[in-house]
Amino acid sequence: MKRTRSSGLILLAALATMAAVATLPMPASAQKTTAEGIAEYRAMLADGNPAELYEAKGEGLWKEARGPKKASLEKCDLGKGPGVVKGAFVELPRYFADTNRVQDLESRLLTCMEQQQGFSAAEIAKTPFGAGEQKTIESLVAYISAESRDMKFNVPQAHAQEKLMYEVGKKVFYLRGGPYDFSCASCHGADDKRVRLQDLPNLTKQPGAAVGFGSWPAYRVSSGDLWSMQRRLNDCYRQQRFPFPGYASDATIALGVFMGVNARGGQSIAPALKR
Amino acid sequence: MSDPMRIRAQAQGDKTTVRVLVSHEMESGQRRDAAGKLVPAWFIQNINATWNGKTVMSAQWGTAVSKNPFVQFAFKGGKAGEKVVVSWVDNRGDKRSDEAVIS
Repeated sequence: MKRTRSSGLILLAALATMAAVATLPMPASAQKTTAEGIAEYRAMLADGNPAELYEAKGEGLWKEARGPKKASLEKCDLGKGPGVVKGAFVELPRYFADTNRVQDLESRLLTCMEQQQGFSAAEIAKTPFGAGEQKTIESLVAYISAESRDMKFNVPQAHAQEKLMYEVGKKVFYLRGGPYDFSCASCHGADDKRVRLQDLPNLTKQPGAAVGFGSWPAYRVSSGDLWSMQRRLNDCYRQQRFPFPGYASDATIALGVFMGVNARGGQSIAPALKR
Repeated sequence: MSDPMRIRAQAQGDKTTVRVLVSHEMESGQRRDAAGKLVPAWFIQNINATWNGKTVMSAQWGTAVSKNPFVQFAFKGGKAGEKVVVSWVDNRGDKRSDEAVIS
């Protein structure tokens, strides 16, 4: 008799505790939006962004004598004079008189690697991402973009070719095609779109353009690799089920001009950290 | 040939916080390559840190640790200008040791 009574008391006490718990407000973490959750995740990882490993490697590769000509890239002109790295990233793509082309960072690196180090640009362009000299480019873009971290985008539009490339880029951006009848604009042409739980930046205007354009190259956690802008664009076209664009092709550079000019005034946070 | 770690050590009050970014593939041994063949496991087995010759952190790792892992730990003591040495050994017997000066 005594025993039953005491266990009943314990049960009552337990019920009382449960009731108390139920009336407590829900913890704040349960009400966070996905975007906030992702932002928190990025902040947690910001201290240890593995892109830093690529930056250090890229700096070494920039200064190292490599290739058939055993030369470093320290005389490479990224648009601000031979060897000037700081601030070059936020002004690319731009027109280069020596090649008579508008070039983005990667096509310019191909030029330098061919002219100064003796590599074959066509050979590198054919190499799959993450292999051979493409790996070198990954590290180089991490280093070069990091040298312009927190600077403001100022992609030039002074030369006629740069203006032309902007218009071409706009056409490419809005071009619908492929089995899904998709264009870049289907996902990135309006505010507040998302794919699954990922918010998609509107690349046609600020602040979306800088958020999107300004965070690549980035370390992609899901693949454990550093992705350059060219690789990012390649994957966009895979998702649209388009044929893959040529590496460092004029179409991809034109898209770079379009996004880069739209991103003017925005801050570059590259190389960033992506899920 | 392994790539260098990035080590930052900061003394604050009576403790020192060390943050290490390790460059390593950390293959789990469960992944298959494009040809369908199993990629052999390749991971850091032991990692340790010393300060003035004294071990301040030591860990045994397995395949569940991510690629390019980030390690953060704190120990009592440490003054600006002193050295912290971090070393690891992986299951292939590869070794790497890097050091940083406490700031």
